[in-house]
Amino acid sequence: MPEPIIELQGVYRSFKSGRTIVPVLQDINFGINKLEFLCLVGESGCGKTTTGKIICGLLPPSSGTIRFEGQDIADLRGAERRRHRRSVQIIHQDPYASLNPTQTVNEMLSYPLLAHRLVNGRRGAENRVNELLDLVDLTPVEDYVDKYPHQLSGGQRQRVSIARALTTEPSVIVADESVSMVDVSIRIGLLQMMMDLRDRLGVTIVFITHDLALAKYFAWDGRIGVMYLGRLVEIGATQQIIAAPQHPYTKVLLSAIPEPDPQKTRSKQHIQLRSEDIPRLTELPPGCSFHPRCPWYAPGACDVAVPQLSLPPGAAVDSEVACIPLERGDELVLHDA
Amino acid sequence: MSAISPEAVLRVEDLSIVYRTERGDVRATNDVSFELRRGEAMALIGESGSGKTTISLALIRKLPKNAVITSGQILYQRENSLQDVLGLSRGQLRSFRWNDCAMVFQGAQNAFNPVLKIRKQFEDTARAHGWTDKEAIKKRALSLLELVRLDPERVYESFPHELSGGMKQRTLLALGVLLNPQVVILDEPTTALDILTQRAIIDVLNDMQRQLQFSIIFISHDLSLAAEMADTVATVYAGEIVEIGGVDEIFYRSLHPYTYGLLTSVPTLEHAQDVLQSIPGSPPNLIAPPSGCKFHPRCSFASEQCQVKSPYLQMDVGSHLAACWHKDRLLASRKEGT
Repeated sequence: MPEPIIELQGVYRSFKSGRTIVPVLQDINFGINKLEFLCLVGESGCGKTTTGKIICGLLPPSSGTIRFEGQDIADLRGAERRRHRRSVQIIHQDPYASLNPTQTVNEMLSYPLLAHRLVNGRRGAENRVNELLDLVDLTPVEDYVDKYPHQLSGGQRQRVSIARALTTEPSVIVADESVSMVDVSIRIGLLQMMMDLRDRLGVTIVFITHDLALAKYFAWDGRIGVMYLGRLVEIGATQQIIAAPQHPYTKVLLSAIPEPDPQKTRSKQHIQLRSEDIPRLTELPPGCSFHPRCPWYAPGACDVAVPQLSLPPGAAVDSEVACIPLERGDELVLHDA
Repeated sequence: MSAISPEAVLRVEDLSIVYRTERGDVRATNDVSFELRRGEAMALIGESGSGKTTISLALIRKLPKNAVITSGQILYQRENSLQDVLGLSRGQLRSFRWNDCAMVFQGAQNAFNPVLKIRKQFEDTARAHGWTDKEAIKKRALSLLELVRLDPERVYESFPHELSGGMKQRTLLALGVLLNPQVVILDEPTTALDILTQRAIIDVLNDMQRQLQFSIIFISHDLSLAAEMADTVATVYAGEIVEIGGVDEIFYRSLHPYTYGLLTSVPTLEHAQDVLQSIPGSPPNLIAPPSGCKFHPRCSFASEQCQVKSPYLQMDVGSHLAACWHKDRLLASRKEGT
C-alpha cells in the first residue's frame, strides 16, 4: 500500500444554526495517496466542500483526526504548522469572489511569497511571479502582471487563483468546483493544465465536483469518492465506479445524468427513486440516510443500523461501499416505487 | 416579409438587438432568424454572454430599458391569426404574455412570493388574465400539479418555504402553463438543481409537452440537456445563430467549428476514456467584436476570407445550416479523424 499523504479518521463536523446542530460530516474515513487523482463527488449539501476545508486545515473537525504525512495536524505547532499551511492549498469555486479586487496580479502573487519568505526580496518575487504565470499559461507575462481581476476573464482569473495556490510550493491542492463557473469551451483546458501540474510539480490534487462526467475525466486513473448527506457512501477506482457502480446512490446518480449524445441519452434506463425528497441534515432518517429514497431498501435492516464503509464480501470490484444489503452479501432487489 | 409556415407558431426574422451602455453599443443579437413549429422543442445552446437570453427576452418583449431592437420582426401564429409581436400595444402584450407565450426564468423557483400560498399565486395569475372562477382555476391548477408529479392538494395549500427546490421548480412549470400557452420559454431550467432533481424536471417536462402539446424554447449551456430534450438545436455564438439543425444533425454531423468544438469539450459517462479538447481563446467582447466571422480568432480553420467577410446563415426552415466558409474542411477533417 502506498503511504497516504493525507488521512482522515473518524472525522465528524457539525455547525450550529440557531439552537439546532447540523451534522454536516459524519464518520469520514479515507486516505489520499501521494500523486493520485482523487475526486469527491456529490450533490449540494453532501459535505464535499466541508471535507475540502478540513483537509486544508481551514476548518477543524468536531472530532476525529486528520494526518498530514503521518502527523496529526492538530498537534502541529510553530514552524511545523506553518509548513503544513504552505503544503496544503485550496482553489475556490468562484474566481470572481476569491481574488482581491484592489490588488494586481503581481501583488496577489508576491504577497504569499514574501510573507512566507520563499523568495529573496522584491527581485526574487518578481522572477517567481513570472515563473508562476508562465506555469498557468498566462503568457506573455507582461500582459497580465499589472492587471486587476476585473480586467481578466473568468478563465484567466481562475488561472491566477491556481498560480496563487502554487506560490507556496504545496504538495496537496484541493480544487473545490474550480471549473464549474468557467465556460464550457475553456473548462477542459483549465482542467488539463491542473492535471499537468501533478507531473510537472509533483502536486497531489483533490478535485471536488458535483459533475460526475468531469470527475471521470479528471480522475480516470485515480479514484472517486461519492458523498451523500455528510457520509462517504462509496470510494473506489474511477473506471470501476463508472462502469460498475456498487452503492445504490451511485447507481441512481449515474443512471440519472443525461449524456451529450441524443441516441444514448434517450435510450438510457433511469432507476426510479422511492422518494424524490432529500431529507434535511437536521432531520436525518435513522439507519442509512439514503433508505427513504433507495429503490433497494431492505426493511428492518436499512432503517435500523448505519452502514459502515467496507469492502463487500465476494464483490467483483474493490470499491468500498456503505450499504447494509451489500455488506451482508445480498443481491440488490429492486422494489416497485 | 416572407410568409410564416403553416405549422409554425413563431417566426423570428433578421432580429438584431443592441444594448446602449456607457462603454458603447453591445451588439447582443445579430440577424437572428428561426422558426418554431407547433409541439417542437428547440434548444438555444451557447456560453454565457452569447446572447441566448437576449433573444428569448425579445420574444416576450421583456428586454431591459437600454436595449434597442434595431431590425427584424417576430411573428406569432395561433389558429391562423397572425400577430406582429414587436408591434403589439401594451394591452395586447399583456394578453400575449403567459396566455400565448410564457417564460420560466432562470432560478425563478426562488421568486415565489414567500408570504402567499401557492393557491393565491395561481389565482392571482389567472385573475390578471381575466379568469375569475376560482373553482375552475383550482381544477386546472390541481390537474397541472398532478401532471408535474406533485401531491396537488398539499402543494396548492402550501407556502413556498414548505416546498423543496425541485418541488418549487415543478410548481413553477405548472404555473407557467396555467393559461395554456402555445410557447413556453425556459431559461436554464435545470441549472443550480441537484442531479436527481434535474432528472425529475426533465421527465416532467417531457410528460407535460407530450400531454399539453406546447412548443418549447429552452436556453442552456448544458449540451446533454439539449441532447436529451431538443428536437432542434441552435448554437449561439457572439449574438448570432451560427448553426441550426435537427438534434441528431447537430450532435453527429455538426457543420460549424464552434459547435464541433463545444461537443469535443464535454466529458461523458461512457465506459471509455474521453479525448477532449478545449476551444482556444475566450468569447469576444461584443462592444468591439472581431471583423468577419466572429469566431475566426478561435477557429483552427480560419482563413483570410473569414477575417474579412462574415458568413451568412440563409434562412431555410427545416434544413441543417451553418454560418461557416469552411464546412467542407471541417467535414473532411472529421472523416480523417474517425
